[in-house]
Amino acid sequence: MRYVDEFRDPARAQVLLQRIRDTARRPVQLMEFCGTHTHAMFRHGIRQLLPPSITMLSGPGCPVCVTSAADLDRAIALASLPGVTLATFGDMLRVPGSRGSLQTARAAGADVRVIYSSLDALEIARREPARTVVLLGVGFETTAPTMAAALLKAEQEGLENLRLYSLHKLTPPAMAAILRSGEVALDGILAPGHVSAIIGSSAWEFVARDFHLPCTVAGFEPLDILQGIADLVEQCEAGISEVHNTYGRGVRAAGNPAAKTLLAEVFEVSPAEWRGLGSVPASGLALRGRFRRFDACPLLDEHRPEWSEAREPAGCRCGEVLRGVLEPTRCPLFGRACTPERPVGPCMVSSEGSCAAHYRYGGTR
Amino acid sequence: MSNTILLAHGSGGQLSHDLVAEVFAASFANPVLERLEDSAVLAGLGGGRLAFTTDSYVVRPLFFPGGDIGRLAVCGTINDLAMSGAQPRYLSAAFVIEEGLPIADLRRIVRSMAETAREAGVAIVTGDTKVVERGHGDGCFITTAGIGVIPAGVDISAANARPGDAVLVSGTVGDHGMAIMSQREGLRFEAEIASDAAPLHTLVRAMLEVCPQIHCLRDPTRGGLATTLNELAGQSGVEIVIEEARIPVRPAVQSLGELLGIDPLYVANEGKLVAIVPEEAAGQVLAAMKAHPLGRDAAIIGHVRSGRAGRVSLRTTLGAHRILDMMVGELLPRIC
Repeated sequence: MRYVDEFRDPARAQVLLQRIRDTARRPVQLMEFCGTHTHAMFRHGIRQLLPPSITMLSGPGCPVCVTSAADLDRAIALASLPGVTLATFGDMLRVPGSRGSLQTARAAGADVRVIYSSLDALEIARREPARTVVLLGVGFETTAPTMAAALLKAEQEGLENLRLYSLHKLTPPAMAAILRSGEVALDGILAPGHVSAIIGSSAWEFVARDFHLPCTVAGFEPLDILQGIADLVEQCEAGISEVHNTYGRGVRAAGNPAAKTLLAEVFEVSPAEWRGLGSVPASGLALRGRFRRFDACPLLDEHRPEWSEAREPAGCRCGEVLRGVLEPTRCPLFGRACTPERPVGPCMVSSEGSCAAHYRYGGTR
Repeated sequence: MSNTILLAHGSGGQLSHDLVAEVFAASFANPVLERLEDSAVLAGLGGGRLAFTTDSYVVRPLFFPGGDIGRLAVCGTINDLAMSGAQPRYLSAAFVIEEGLPIADLRRIVRSMAETAREAGVAIVTGDTKVVERGHGDGCFITTAGIGVIPAGVDISAANARPGDAVLVSGTVGDHGMAIMSQREGLRFEAEIASDAAPLHTLVRAMLEVCPQIHCLRDPTRGGLATTLNELAGQSGVEIVIEEARIPVRPAVQSLGELLGIDPLYVANEGKLVAIVPEEAAGQVLAAMKAHPLGRDAAIIGHVRSGRAGRVSLRTTLGAHRILDMMVGELLPRIC
């Protein structure tokens, strides 16, 4: 576990920065897909160390941020049903839906409990058999296998009171949607390390093949990120479009077969609603076959809560931020009406959100 | 402020500060409270100056590596007294116990409080017990209050930092909070992370012996080092500049932090202090801290400058500069 220091070594960072400065001859615009990359870059001050010819844009890689207002409204409605306990990761609590958040629903009496792992929800279901425990399934390919594992365990134990509200999303289709739209001019993609540990670096081949862009999988320590950027800049200058993996200690080309098998057993690919991207085909995970009995959605049909149209918070431009079209600081709400204490949109709430990163680490205040 | 109390109002960050300022300080208004120090400093009671403080403890699980709620309740109040330079003398302890708590657990908690009090040389001289129905408490809540005596000539306040002063921390940061989180998440590490809960008044005494003019002391509990530095910068109206590379962090804490997506600078400590001292005394104070068992890993981590009042700037390991903000909301692991 002594990885951290060696991947923060300032001298080696300087060597990589010099390599980047020496290579970068023309302006390039790169997108880091993943919110963890965005935050790590701000935390270590990497953006300000890069030569001005390199622009880094943040992508939609924040699971909390891309959850649509309509899906969030349904989660809040589920939490408010009699006899239902909603088990969620804490990061979802403060995300504003159309009318309030899970946090305000909890303060108003809904039984919302913060869990740290999907297994915590199993434990609640075991301990409180009279309640229906709805696990709020938010997250990319990294988190979804843990939900699948929880359902398998519930099945083995014959737990009847656990449900999953699956809002899980797949990252490559979202990346493809952004590239296909052509809304932002991109010269390369910094692909996420955690997600790629599951799906493998080969899952990004389409970026090189279909969009003729270089794509480099990188880890999250400063040297990992600099190495990933250096690789992308070198590919750009050399006119190469390949998928490279600079995170060899965490990611293999084929990913994690056990996790992939688990996903395929419990889930099937479905369309999903993304904040900012709208409905993206084959970008979500729905329960399949015998696991459909764990689906939480029918609970809402039974109870038919009063329903009104979902709406985005007024003036919120998180959608554009998530597509890389708008820098957070250019949003008129940023830092004024919208702050981490009083967030208007999800990108200011989540610890992975790019507005939160710009606000927290920004040098302008 | 929102219309209902949110959990985040108790997390020690911005919302907690707003709550204290807008609800409590506004209503209880008096010059002693308005200083918003860790302890109230009471002058003119029988000659000397007394420090007086109280704190409630709610922690889950009740027992964790390196401590338990009882040790926490004694150390926390002693440390609040010590942060005004006082030598703690007497504590009170009030218990809110949930129906169903095993007596053996309560005995274990109380025994731990007694041991910690003995270790610290304080006496628990008064107390209270209430029992609430099952489901109305989390096993056991403890409130302690404490009284200590401030030596003559000592004037420590969060408002006393001056440009040029040195900023010191007494050891590795993030240990306590990460120990709790590693228990909650059922994460097992090769090197177990233990809470640092410890009474700090003897360390403070050793520091005051070499430098009676210590300007500020504060224990970075909820909200961690980052929040405490922001409080000190704000109350003193100065800018604090910190060198990230100089902040001591245990490798296991750093690794768990990376795993969960939580920055150790925002994680609670229960046996660490931040000191701001005149620059010329920094070397001596550091030596005195390092000579004490609770200050072995002490370090000078930055300095105070006039700059922008209330701001804390961080020079990152890579040499970049950024703001080190106060904690907002609750500390939450990342979802990926």
